[in-house]
Amino acid sequence: MKSRGVTAARRLACVVVLVVCVAALAANWLAPAGYARQFRDAPGASPSHQHLLGTDEIGRDRFARLLYGTRISLLLAPAAALVSTLLAALVGGLAGYLGGVWLRLARGFTDLFLSLPWLFLLITVRALLPLNVAPLVSVLITFLILGLLGWAASARVLSTSADALRNSDFVLQARASGLHGPRLFFVHVLPNLKPVLYAQFWISIPVFILSEANLGILGLGVAEPLPSWGSLLRELEGLISFREEPWRFVPLLLLVVVMTSFQLLLSNEEVTA
Amino acid sequence: MKTSGHRKFSRLITFSSSLSLSLSLGFLGICFLSSFAQAQSGGELRFCLRTEPKTFDPLLVDDDASLSIRYLTGGVLIRANRHTQELEPELAESWTLSKDGKQITFKLRTGIAFSDGSPFSSEDVAFTMQRLMDPALHSSTGDAFRSGSGAVTSKIIAANQIAVTFPAPVAGIDRLFDQVAIMSAHSPKKEAAVLGPFMVAEYKAGSSLLLRRNPNYWKKDSQGRRLPYLDSIRLDIQSNRDVEMLRFKRGELDLINVLDSDYFDRLAASSPGVAHDAGASLDSDFMWFNQVATAPIPEYKRAWFRSANFRRAISQAINRDDLSRVVFNGHAQPAVGPVSPANKFWFNNKLKAEPYRPDAALQHLQADGFRMQNGALVDKSGNAVEFSIVTNAGSKSRERMAVMVQEDLGKLGVKVNVVTLDFPSLLERISQKFNYEAAMLGFRNVDLDPNGQMNIWLSSAEDHAWNPQQKSPATAWEAEIDSLMRAQASTADPKRRKESFDRVQEIVFEQAPMIYLVNQNALSAVSSAVEGANPGILSPQTFWNAERITLNATTRASR
Repeated sequence: MKSRGVTAARRLACVVVLVVCVAALAANWLAPAGYARQFRDAPGASPSHQHLLGTDEIGRDRFARLLYGTRISLLLAPAAALVSTLLAALVGGLAGYLGGVWLRLARGFTDLFLSLPWLFLLITVRALLPLNVAPLVSVLITFLILGLLGWAASARVLSTSADALRNSDFVLQARASGLHGPRLFFVHVLPNLKPVLYAQFWISIPVFILSEANLGILGLGVAEPLPSWGSLLRELEGLISFREEPWRFVPLLLLVVVMTSFQLLLSNEEVTA
Repeated sequence: MKTSGHRKFSRLITFSSSLSLSLSLGFLGICFLSSFAQAQSGGELRFCLRTEPKTFDPLLVDDDASLSIRYLTGGVLIRANRHTQELEPELAESWTLSKDGKQITFKLRTGIAFSDGSPFSSEDVAFTMQRLMDPALHSSTGDAFRSGSGAVTSKIIAANQIAVTFPAPVAGIDRLFDQVAIMSAHSPKKEAAVLGPFMVAEYKAGSSLLLRRNPNYWKKDSQGRRLPYLDSIRLDIQSNRDVEMLRFKRGELDLINVLDSDYFDRLAASSPGVAHDAGASLDSDFMWFNQVATAPIPEYKRAWFRSANFRRAISQAINRDDLSRVVFNGHAQPAVGPVSPANKFWFNNKLKAEPYRPDAALQHLQADGFRMQNGALVDKSGNAVEFSIVTNAGSKSRERMAVMVQEDLGKLGVKVNVVTLDFPSLLERISQKFNYEAAMLGFRNVDLDPNGQMNIWLSSAEDHAWNPQQKSPATAWEAEIDSLMRAQASTADPKRRKESFDRVQEIVFEQAPMIYLVNQNALSAVSSAVEGANPGILSPQTFWNAERITLNATTRASR
């Protein structure tokens, strides 16, 4: 029963993620007004036939911004997660496989990396970037920074798993059979790290979406006029009650639903890993 | 018997009726008198400071929170009325200015004492001036009085008369004394001994501040009652505006001194009558282009930014009416220049805000060789016109303005990239490394006098935003501004000063080194429990007449 329930939940999560992805990709057709057009005669309008989620403070269609923002956050967060997971596999996986002084060095380095004040570092890195870049490039840069800086936690997990694999019976047997170096790593160690890698990849996606949202709340995320979930969540600032303008909570609701779906997508093996 | 008994009974009823009527009337009278007295005094006013006060020393005040405390506790010789903008005598009964503008002589009120009982005399004024002008104190209030090299001297003529002499004329000198809270020369309590309506009674760092009525405050109302009416003022230190608004709505706070337009409209919708829009304030939002010769920007862009035609065209292509209406929900006015129309005396009435005229903008650009190419504006060398506008992250209104400017200029074929940066990074770029193209910021002006803007308009000044600290003026019009600003600062004649500063405003309008966008309205909130408040445009907007503010009986009873 439990397994059936879990499967149903995973299926539902799959459907949710799929629907959201399709809607985001079809933004051009679903919201032809675009995310940047300013309807200056209707700033802060309530939902209507013309604007399904109303307009923001400068008259831009909220529904269009939500779709385009979802496209940006959902496409680029996995890309950033891929970058960070690959870096984590390289640093953590290799250090765990090599063991000894390499493992201690890598753990010390990841601990140091984890202890850094990330928010301030992100703000500093963002401030050092060139100013005259197109909004789309700024989005890519933002997520690339997130990917390059977000590998340490995953690397720690991977180093522990690789360390355990290094001393496992089948690796010892492979060594005894004369297998060494990169071949042993790629043939025996890496395939067995897959569940951990997948788990780290899926876990990283919501982390990066939330990180971008945090940067967006500080006004340092994706450049205007491009929307992202972060910039959409900023609109909740100053809202005193839910009843005031409930439609403004839709981006938050979507974020929660998508994040929950990503968690449900993890297999039992990946959850254990 | 019956009749007599009836009469006696009647008399008894009459007597008891009269007695009860008299008692009732007497009781009502006492109640009325007591309620009248209560209406005029008592109670605790509550509002928030957005930051911790940095100092309680009135001569070292440099931040908003400390300014508020100084205003409420400090006694000054001359006070600028926040409503009429006129100067009014306070501790000085009268004052005279010498013809050369170097000396001001005060006749002081007598019989006044500090909050600790120390008597007030011209010695205190001399002590305050000596301390204020001490270079070791690094007082920004004192800096405004520095007119030339040499010492400032105070000559005590009598216990109630003093002359202060400056080495060179100080323009608008009498108005500057509005910022100088007089300190006691002899009191052991030092800055804790005050001459203002309130005194600091309790301070909990990071939490709150309690000001109590100064028992020795000299001022009385027209009926001879001692001011202030309030017993105390409680100032909670609260940076979160959402929390401040919630507490105001719950009735825990009585005033919000400065409101954003979003909050204002929500408050006006939910509690009509408590939100006050006093009209255009002195504050302005503006943008400017980087004209620094050594700035790390391409030469062709520097040439655009140095062209008055280009700057004027950008100014004309911005729809200021839309900025005021959309970003500030109508609670802002299109800005004209460095002086807000709210500044009644110094504003140049001949000038009007630059209207939205994209066709005129294009003409200005064509005069400089710019042309349209495939929907994009290019210069005479074929470089596409693209630049970034940096502004500070976290300021919603400024970010929105930047996005609207981005769209307006997009219609002209100009590509604008909006970049929001944390404030320290932004400051570093615009004031040290000059690594930016255009910037958008705001100016909170608390000073009506143009002397307060010397640090902006002199080409040698650090805050000459578009090209600071020039050894000699880079352009003829900057040289003219320099000479006009110096001319207005070196005379005490208001008419000549006004003529000079009017011309400065005209040059700024023609050359557009700073493109002024909007003057935000002064928005505030005053609870219905407060009586006598008269929100204005000058700081402190809601409590400038704190000594005459009262609370209604219900609120007094509940606190």
